[in-house]
Amino acid sequence: MQNFINFRIGSFNHYMKLKLPILIFTCLLVSTFKIYSQNCTYNFSGFVMDSHDQSPLSNATILIEGTDNIVVSDSNGYFKFSGLCQGKYSVSVSHLKCKSKTFSIKLDGNIEKTFKLEHHINELNEVIILGESDKRSKTIFENKISNELINNNSSSVLGDILKNVSGVSSINSGNSIVKPVINGLHGSRVDILNNEVNIQDQQWGIEHAPSIDINSIENIYVIKGAGALQYSGSAIGGIIIAEPSKTLLKDSLYGKTLVFGGSNGKGGSIMSKLTRTYQSGWFSTIQGTFKRFGDFNAPDYVMSNTGFIDKSASFRIGLNQYNYGFEFFLSHVNNEIGILKASHASSAGDQIRAIRSETILYIDEFTYKIAPPKQKVTHNLAKLKVYKRFQDFGKVTFQYHFQNNKRLEFDIRRGINKNTSSTDLRLKTHTLTLDFDSNLFEKFDFKYGIKGEFQNNFPNPETGVKRIIPDYDKYDFGTYFISNIKLNKNWLLEGGIRYDYSKIDALKYYRKTFWESRNYNNIYSNIVVNELTNQVLTNPVRNFNNFSTTIGLSKKINNFSSVLLNYSIASRAPNPSELFSEGLHHSSARIELGDLSFSAEKSHKIGLTVSHKKNNISIVINPYINSINDFIYINPTKIEQTVRGSFQVWEYMQTNAQIWGIDTDINYDFTEKFTSKNQISFLKGIDKTNSEPLINMPPLNFKNEISYKNSDFNNLIVSIQSDFTFKQNDYPNDNFEVFVPTTGKMELVDISSTPSAYHLLNLRSSVEFKKENNIKIKVGLSINNLLNKSYKNYLNRMRNYSHDLGRSIILNLNLRY
Amino acid sequence: MKKLNIYALIMTILFVSCSKDDDPVAVNEEEVITTLTVTLVPSDASANIILKTQDLDGDGPNAPVVTVSGDLKASLAYRGSMKFENETETPAEDITLEVVEEADEHQVFYTVASGLSMIVTSTKDDSAGNPLGTEFNLSTNVASTGKLTFTLRHEPKKPNTGLADAGGSTDIEATFDIVIK
Repeated sequence: MQNFINFRIGSFNHYMKLKLPILIFTCLLVSTFKIYSQNCTYNFSGFVMDSHDQSPLSNATILIEGTDNIVVSDSNGYFKFSGLCQGKYSVSVSHLKCKSKTFSIKLDGNIEKTFKLEHHINELNEVIILGESDKRSKTIFENKISNELINNNSSSVLGDILKNVSGVSSINSGNSIVKPVINGLHGSRVDILNNEVNIQDQQWGIEHAPSIDINSIENIYVIKGAGALQYSGSAIGGIIIAEPSKTLLKDSLYGKTLVFGGSNGKGGSIMSKLTRTYQSGWFSTIQGTFKRFGDFNAPDYVMSNTGFIDKSASFRIGLNQYNYGFEFFLSHVNNEIGILKASHASSAGDQIRAIRSETILYIDEFTYKIAPPKQKVTHNLAKLKVYKRFQDFGKVTFQYHFQNNKRLEFDIRRGINKNTSSTDLRLKTHTLTLDFDSNLFEKFDFKYGIKGEFQNNFPNPETGVKRIIPDYDKYDFGTYFISNIKLNKNWLLEGGIRYDYSKIDALKYYRKTFWESRNYNNIYSNIVVNELTNQVLTNPVRNFNNFSTTIGLSKKINNFSSVLLNYSIASRAPNPSELFSEGLHHSSARIELGDLSFSAEKSHKIGLTVSHKKNNISIVINPYINSINDFIYINPTKIEQTVRGSFQVWEYMQTNAQIWGIDTDINYDFTEKFTSKNQISFLKGIDKTNSEPLINMPPLNFKNEISYKNSDFNNLIVSIQSDFTFKQNDYPNDNFEVFVPTTGKMELVDISSTPSAYHLLNLRSSVEFKKENNIKIKVGLSINNLLNKSYKNYLNRMRNYSHDLGRSIILNLNLRY
Repeated sequence: MKKLNIYALIMTILFVSCSKDDDPVAVNEEEVITTLTVTLVPSDASANIILKTQDLDGDGPNAPVVTVSGDLKASLAYRGSMKFENETETPAEDITLEVVEEADEHQVFYTVASGLSMIVTSTKDDSAGNPLGTEFNLSTNVASTGKLTFTLRHEPKKPNTGLADAGGSTDIEATFDIVIK
C-alpha cells in the first residue's frame, strides 16, 4: 500500500514538472478563441452523441465561442458550420439537461468531429416539463451533491457527505452515527426524503442516524429552510432530498460496481447496481451494498468497539411514460454499529474520570467484533407511486408508502439480560399522498396536495428496562397549495400555504414519584388508566393544528446574477421524546425528562441568496435569520442522587431562540485544469429568553479545495482539501459538581467546555480508464486526515471520551458497464 | 361509488391493521439496584452495625435514604458483608447472587476518607484470585470521623491497583458518614 502511494504521488510530481508550462500555454491559446487567417471557406461538421450509448442527440446547441456563430443539431445529431476561417476555435456544445462541454478544434481544412455528452433524456418524473423548473423551491437556493461525490465516498454515511454543502454540519455519536445539521438545527427539524418518502426512523434521538444507504442514491439536494411545503410543514431546519437514478427511455442494460477499502478500521464496502430499461418506458433496478469495518483508530490509539456492519438492498420497477406511469420501490437497510466502549459512563463520577483523563479510558486490541454497547437498526420501506397526466389540466400523482423501523440498543448488562437489548422500538408508518401539478394556466403554476399518515410505535417491554418512548398511535393529515407566478421576464413570485393536523395518542407508564413531583397527579388526573404500586399508566392525547406559509421573490438581474428572497413560517409539533421522556438515558449518562404540556415550535426564517456566475467564477452568498418561538431544547436543571451515584437531570424546555448566519460558496477556475472551491459556514444561536448561547451550535468552518483536472490524461483529478474548524466560544455553561469519593471532595464536571480549533487536510485523486464494450473503470486514492491530526469535534458526543478519527488511506474502484 | 369503495377499503386496511391492542404491560426493572445493605459483625460480640442506602424509585426524583445504625468502636475488627437488592420487585430480588456469579466482571472498592482511621480489605475473591470485595475485614484504629464509600464497578480492569485505575462503569456508589468512638 505504502509503495503504491509513493508511486502515485511521485509520478504526479514528475508529470507536473514536465507538462505544467505547456499546459498553461495551451490554455492561454485556447482562451484567445480565434486566430484570424485569410482562408475562410472551410466546413466544420459532425455529430453530437450520448456518451452513454452513442445515440444521436438532436437539438443540441453548438456555439463557436467568441462569435455569434451557432447551429442546432438535427434528429440524427448532425450539425454543420460553413465558411469558417482557418485557425483554432473553442466550441461549446450544450443540450437540455446535459452538462455543457467545451472542446477545442483546429481548423486547417474541412473537418468532421463527433462530440459526446453525458446525457439522460426523458428523466423520470421530469419528462420534459419546463426546462428549468425541476427545482422544489424557486426562492430558496438548492444545494446539490453530485453523484460523483457520492460514488467517491461510497463507504461513508449520509451525514458525512452532506458536509460538502455550506451551512450543513453534523452531530455525531462516534464516527458512524452521524446526523445532519442544517443551519444549526437537526433531528425532527430536518426531514430526509428517500425517493420521495419522508423517512420515519425515530429521528428524535441524537444517537439515531438516518436509515438510508447512500449507494442507492444518485443525487442529493439540500433545501435550507422550510420553504418546500409540498414535502413538509415542520422542517424548520431544512429538507434533504435523496433521489435515485433516472432511467433511460431505450432498450439498455447497464450497471456499476464500487469497491472500496479503507485503512482506518481495516474495512471496506462493495456495492453493485444493475439497471434494465426499455424503450417502452419499463425499467427495473436492483442494488445491494455490504460494508464492514472493524475498530477505528484515533491518531494515537484504537477506539475499541467502533466497528460496524451495514447491509442494504433496494429494488425498483416501473413504467415511465410521459402521460402515465408507476413505480414500485423496496428498500432495506440494516446496520449494526458498535458504540465506543470507553464512552460507557454510568454516573457523573464516571464522566469526571473520562473528561479529566489525558487519553481514552479503555483500549483493547483491534477487532472486527462488535460487542455491547451497540445498536442494531433495520429499516424497511415499500413505496407505490402512480401518476397520470391530463392534457390542459395537469399531472396527478398518488403514492402509498409503508415503513417499518426496528431499533435495538444493547447496553452492558448483568446476569440473564446480558444478550437482551435494553431498547427495542418498532415504528410502523403508513402514508398516503395525492398531488396535483397544474397545467391549467400558462403564467401561473400551482401544486396542490393532501397527505394522510398513520404511525404506531411499539416499545417492546421484554427488554426489562423502563421505556423512555411510550406506545403511541399518531395520526397526521396535511394539505398544501404552492404556486408561482412569472411577473415578467425577470421577476418571479412564489407563495405557498400548508395546514397540518397531528394527533398523538399514547399509553405511557410514569414512575409515581415523578408523576407526583411534576404535580401531574392534579393536572392530568383524567388521563390515568391504571395505578400500580410504583407506576401509573396514563393515556395522554395531544392534538396539534399547524399552519405554515412561505413567500418568496426571485429576480434575475442579468444572465449571470440573480437574487432570491424567501420568508417562511413553519410549525413543528413536539416529538414523542420531547413530550414523554422520563428516566435515565443510558447512552448519555443523564436523566432526561420531557414535558406533557409542550406546544408546537414556530419558526420565522428569512433567507436571501445572491448568486453570480460568469465565466470562471461562481459565487453564492446566503445570509439568513431564523427566529423560533417556543423552541424546544434540553437543559440541565439539577443533580439527582441514586444508588449508582449522582446524575445530572436534563429537562426539555421551551424558549424563544434565534439563529442567524451566513453561508458562502465561491468557486474559481484559475485555468481549465486548476480550479478552486471555497465554502464558509458561520452562525450564531441565541436563547433570547435566558440571554445565553444555544447548545450544540456548529462553530465557524472554512473549507477550501484546490483541484487539478486533466481530461487528456485519463481524466486525472487530484485535489487537496483543507477543512478549518474554529473553536466554538459561544456555549452555555452546563457544568455541575459531584462528590468524588477518591478525593473526598465535591468536584466540577466540565461537560460544557468546547475543544480547540483544528485544521484537517484531505487528499483525493482519481484516474479513469475506458475499456472496450463501454466499460469504464475509475480508480481513486484518497487520504483523509492526511497529517494524522489529533483533534476533537464539539459536535461529537464522544468528545469527552476520545479523540476523533486519525488518518485513513482509501482506495476505491468504480466500474461502469 | 367505485371511488368510495376504494377509499373505504384503504381506510379499513389502515385502521384494522392498526387497531389498538390491550394496555401495554408494566416493566419491572430487573437490574436496578435500589438497596445496598452492609452488615458489620464486630469481633467482640456486640450488636451488628448496619449501613444501608435505599432508593425505592431508582432513577426517579426521590433521593436515597442513607442510614448508619450506630458508631464503630476503636481498635476493633469487624467482618463485613454486602447485600445488593432490587426492591422494586416483590419479593425483593437479591442481586448479590448475580454479582458473585459474575465475580470476574465485578469488584467492590472501599474508599476511606483521610482522617477516618480504619483499614478495609477484601476477603472474597473471584475465580482468578482477584478481589471481588463483597465480603471484607474492617479494622478500626483510633477514634475519628469521616466518610466511607463503597463502589461497585461492572467490568473493571482486573487485576488493578485500585479504584482510580480500575475503569469500568459504576453500578453502586454509596457513601456513609462513619464515627469511630
